[in-house]
Amino acid sequence: MWRYLIPLALFVVVAAFLLRGLNLHPNEVPSALIGKQIPEFALPTLADADAKIGSQDIAGKIALVNVWATWCIECRHEHGFLITLAKSGMPIYGLNLKDDRPAALGWLASLGNPYVASAFDADGTVALDWGVTAAPETFLIGRDGKVLFKHISPLTAQVWQHDFLPLIQAQCRASDAGCPRLTALAAR
Amino acid sequence: MTRFLTISVAVLLATALHAADDATFDDPALAQRYWGLIREIRCPLCMNESIADSGAPVAADLRREVHRLLVEGKSDDEIKDFMSSRYGDFILYRPRVTPLTYALWGGPFVLVVVGSLVFWRILRARRNQPLGEDEPS
Repeated sequence: MWRYLIPLALFVVVAAFLLRGLNLHPNEVPSALIGKQIPEFALPTLADADAKIGSQDIAGKIALVNVWATWCIECRHEHGFLITLAKSGMPIYGLNLKDDRPAALGWLASLGNPYVASAFDADGTVALDWGVTAAPETFLIGRDGKVLFKHISPLTAQVWQHDFLPLIQAQCRASDAGCPRLTALAAR
Repeated sequence: MTRFLTISVAVLLATALHAADDATFDDPALAQRYWGLIREIRCPLCMNESIADSGAPVAADLRREVHRLLVEGKSDDEIKDFMSSRYGDFILYRPRVTPLTYALWGGPFVLVVVGSLVFWRILRARRNQPLGEDEPS
């Protein structure tokens, strides 16, 4: 008698796996950097080839690192939201990836500049250390200099509310040292 | 017609030889390791292509990096460590044996053992039947 239940049991197991598979997102490869210190780097800034920006400039406060480029169409889509975020008090650092310096500066001049500063990664070496697959990507850095979260594809208000804000609030509940003073716009 | 053929061949070659762009080695042994490695490293952007096959910019960067590390004299394992510390174990086509992948590596052997046991039990049950009769259904 029991042997006739075996196919049913197998079906239930397979169905459970398939059901789970419907909600998986294989394109969202988890970053190997989560929970680790941000990779050491020192690059010229976009604005000034002689000025340097590096990992120690980012460390010590909660900040975003946004990978962008003028050849990246999706970056244009998220640019408006980045500006909203920056205006509401979130420090954003740019990693300008394999770009043309005048074109990138022109982009910031015409669309607005949400970045505290942008690092100019001409050949993508630093992006490779960060495990960047393509622009746009956004990293959330904790005040201890560890990577809290990485988002691939444009940053939207929805992603911000759902993934970024709870992590920031969790860090800032205990103490607000290094916490962004977000206005209602971004904290809502 | 010749023109059509030329274009066809060019298109076919273009898709097959993505990785030929940046690979020059003085030492043929290094070149061989290079070609082995770039087929074992998955392109992090395009999911089911090795960086040897992929035309994505990040794949070109990773090939360049493999090339650089090989010339620097790094071992295959060091190069795989370099990749997986940045892009995760996902990037290796042959996953490493870690607690997370025990089921993956051990699963087939468990299935073989279970299958053999079932097979053995069926055989034994049939052995006790008189000749010419099948198992009662």
